[in-house]
Amino acid sequence: MANLQFDLVSPERRLASLEATEVRIPGADGDMTAMADHAPTITTLRPGVLTVVHAGGEDDYVVSGGFAEISAGGVSVLAEQALPKGEVTQEVFDEMIASARKLHEKASTFENEPGPVDDAAKLISDMVAMGTHIGLDPKQGNFG
Amino acid sequence: MPSLKDLKNRIESVKSTRKITKAMQMVAAAKLRRAQDAAEASRPYTERFNAVMAGLAASVGSSAGAPKLLAGTGADQVHLLVVLTAERGLCGGFNGNIAKLARAHAEKLLAAGKTVKIVTVGKKGRDAIRRDMGEHFVHHVDLTEVKRVAYSDAQGIAQDILTRFDAGEFDVATIFFAEFQNVVTQIPTAQQIIPASFEAEEGAETTLYDYEPSEEAILADLLPRGVATAIFSALLENGASEQGARMSAMDNATRNAGEMIDKLTIEFNRSRQAVITNELIEIISGAEAL
Repeated sequence: MANLQFDLVSPERRLASLEATEVRIPGADGDMTAMADHAPTITTLRPGVLTVVHAGGEDDYVVSGGFAEISAGGVSVLAEQALPKGEVTQEVFDEMIASARKLHEKASTFENEPGPVDDAAKLISDMVAMGTHIGLDPKQGNFG
Repeated sequence: MPSLKDLKNRIESVKSTRKITKAMQMVAAAKLRRAQDAAEASRPYTERFNAVMAGLAASVGSSAGAPKLLAGTGADQVHLLVVLTAERGLCGGFNGNIAKLARAHAEKLLAAGKTVKIVTVGKKGRDAIRRDMGEHFVHHVDLTEVKRVAYSDAQGIAQDILTRFDAGEFDVATIFFAEFQNVVTQIPTAQQIIPASFEAEEGAETTLYDYEPSEEAILADLLPRGVATAIFSALLENGASEQGARMSAMDNATRNAGEMIDKLTIEFNRSRQAVITNELIEIISGAEAL
């Protein structure tokens, strides 16, 4: 099977750069799997789990914000926040939820435009869904 | 003429100053390495980001419905200057040079009849700007508690700037920071971040991408992140520059202290010799008088 070059970078560091056989990306409009010779695509990310399948097995990363660029040469994912799944503990997850909530509160002040509020609400629900996916619960449930 | 004891005290005090500057230089050298590593680590992200943005901007930017962050508000009356400096001094001309560049820029804008608003990041810049541009000063971001600049810090600053932009408080935003060249050279730089301009690398091949959701939506999502990215890389660049500037400033100070110690030691030895000669003369003339 043909391989593709996979890069995962966050502003603070380069998390991964390796040859992969497939990359499962949590795109804003839905998950997608990129394999070699995928059509060139750019998609924004929603908070979720990104999975890289390579010769040595599978790696999971928790990503949030940013975008993925699929080109002829491979896949580069530029995530604002990216952590190997193992590093996402309950604490880290709570922090992420907390910051998403803060954004939601902030956005609520734009009363006349539903856009930012909806976006922020979606961010929270995406985060919670991601948490469920990797087996973490938000401490205080119930979001409006 | 200072007494022997005075001279001795002065030599001691200069020696301890030299010890301190030497230590500061070594600390700065260690921090510089870390800062450089951080700047290095952020580079892949910034480069890819700008490359993608350049492609997007080229295809969407010219259309009528381009986002304001890219196309501008259509006016350039109110300018926001974001001055990024260090939280500490004792780093040579580092803070002063950035503030000077910002001030020159502000004066030029004021002379052209524009309105200038200034946001400062870093205590030293705030002090310098407040002194003679106080009436234009609008906000200060405090990073004193921050040991290591994280992306979230840049996000916070970007958030603040974007909120102001959405509220129509300004038309053009420019950031001021020092670009790290090497330990002795840091270049004060002005970079316009709103409206954003992305330069495509020359000769870069253009691939036709599929966009999900749409080009416009992606651009609208990424442009605010672009502001944060630009600020983040400026902060990192500044961090390296600050340590570089401090390192060379402290190196100079150490050398000056060394020279001073040599000079004082010579003076000390001379006056000690003079005292001895005097005593001898007294003894000899006393013996001759007998």
